[in-house]
Amino acid sequence: MEAVADTRTNGLWVIAVTFVAAMVLAIIPLPDFVPATLGYLRPEWIVLVLIYWVIALPQRIGIAIAWCVGLLSDVLLGSLLGQHAVAFIVVAYIATSLYQRLRMFSVWQQSMIVFATVGLNQLINFWIESIAGLTEWNIWYLLASVMSALLWPWVFLLLRYLRRRFDVN
Amino acid sequence: MLGFCILSFALIMVDHLSGYLDDIRAGLTIVVTPVLVAADIPGREAREIREIFSSRNEMRNYIEILEQERTLLKAKTEKMAALTAENNRLRDLLGSAAKLQDNVLVAELIGVDPDPEKHEIIIDKGSGDGVFVGQPLLDAQGLMGQVISLSYFTSRVLLISDHSHSVPVQVSRSNLRLIAQGTGVTNQLELMHVQDTADIRPGDLLVSSGLGNRFPVGYPVGVVNKVEHDPGRPFALVTAVPSALLDRSRHVLLVFTEEKLARTPEARRNGSGG
Repeated sequence: MEAVADTRTNGLWVIAVTFVAAMVLAIIPLPDFVPATLGYLRPEWIVLVLIYWVIALPQRIGIAIAWCVGLLSDVLLGSLLGQHAVAFIVVAYIATSLYQRLRMFSVWQQSMIVFATVGLNQLINFWIESIAGLTEWNIWYLLASVMSALLWPWVFLLLRYLRRRFDVN
Repeated sequence: MLGFCILSFALIMVDHLSGYLDDIRAGLTIVVTPVLVAADIPGREAREIREIFSSRNEMRNYIEILEQERTLLKAKTEKMAALTAENNRLRDLLGSAAKLQDNVLVAELIGVDPDPEKHEIIIDKGSGDGVFVGQPLLDAQGLMGQVISLSYFTSRVLLISDHSHSVPVQVSRSNLRLIAQGTGVTNQLELMHVQDTADIRPGDLLVSSGLGNRFPVGYPVGVVNKVEHDPGRPFALVTAVPSALLDRSRHVLLVFTEEKLARTPEARRNGSGG
């Protein structure tokens, strides 16, 4: 029984490392010579990583982990505590309910779903901030979901490689 | 799922409407501090590499310029000390309290909010260094912003150019009191409710007025660059360029004003070092 439990939780640190890397990418400052408005093009790295792990290991990465990661993102980004958490659990919920279908999809079809999911994530964040009176509607925010969808195939391939290389499950 | 949703919305409400969650946020911020530090590494390394590759000659020139500047500033400081003493003597004659010099603590910028709509930065000094919420932040040129949240090692600063930020200012030439509001653009502030007949013109220096007891008196905030009188509007449209290099300064100064100092002895120790 011990041995079985041991193999079942193999390489979970890889998941933690990818989440931390995504968080670093999410806040890394743009170089000085780049105009600040290019910040709208920043993909939602954390959501991409979250979607991947939910599809790959739905029995391990679910709504609870998504909530914790969301709470840490809130602290990292200075948003209201719980704001990203609620957006991430919706993302995780969609991914867990679709994971069997998503695995059958080609990577570009997955990109479409990623586009919709990240867009929803952006909208939820936006709704909460606008209800709190912290921001105004800005269509540029949706650029992040376009970029996320375009980057999904590479993120997917990289994370799949890491998962197989370190035999994460 | 539903439980987590309800919990999240409860958290959002409590966080938005009260300060009860500040300690939790501070604790969690310590957990993510390594991420903040890691995100700052590429920029830091790039600067260091640029320094390594700058030629000996460039460095010498740079040092020379710094030396000259230092001599100049030292001369000014000496004069300043005499003026401060004189000022305090005069204030004494008028029966008002003596003004102490504000103490400062040097901090370094380690992060910028990735959202282009939010003008927030993260600095490497926190509650452990005596920083407090609402503390004003300066750079060498002028007022930058104020601290809005704290953790032990870092704090988050709202810049004066953010949409939601306003500074009480004063035109240094005419002593006209106004409010400068951020516009969401780094190099622009908007002055609210300026009468069409008000004595203000392009080139006027705006300094903090100290009203509201948040910012200390007399630090430069910006320079007026446009005054437009539109008969169709109730007020004149006046904009200013912030004096501080809001998007370029890396070394910033946290100000400890005297009444705050009296309350935190720890801050006094740190402040005098800076």
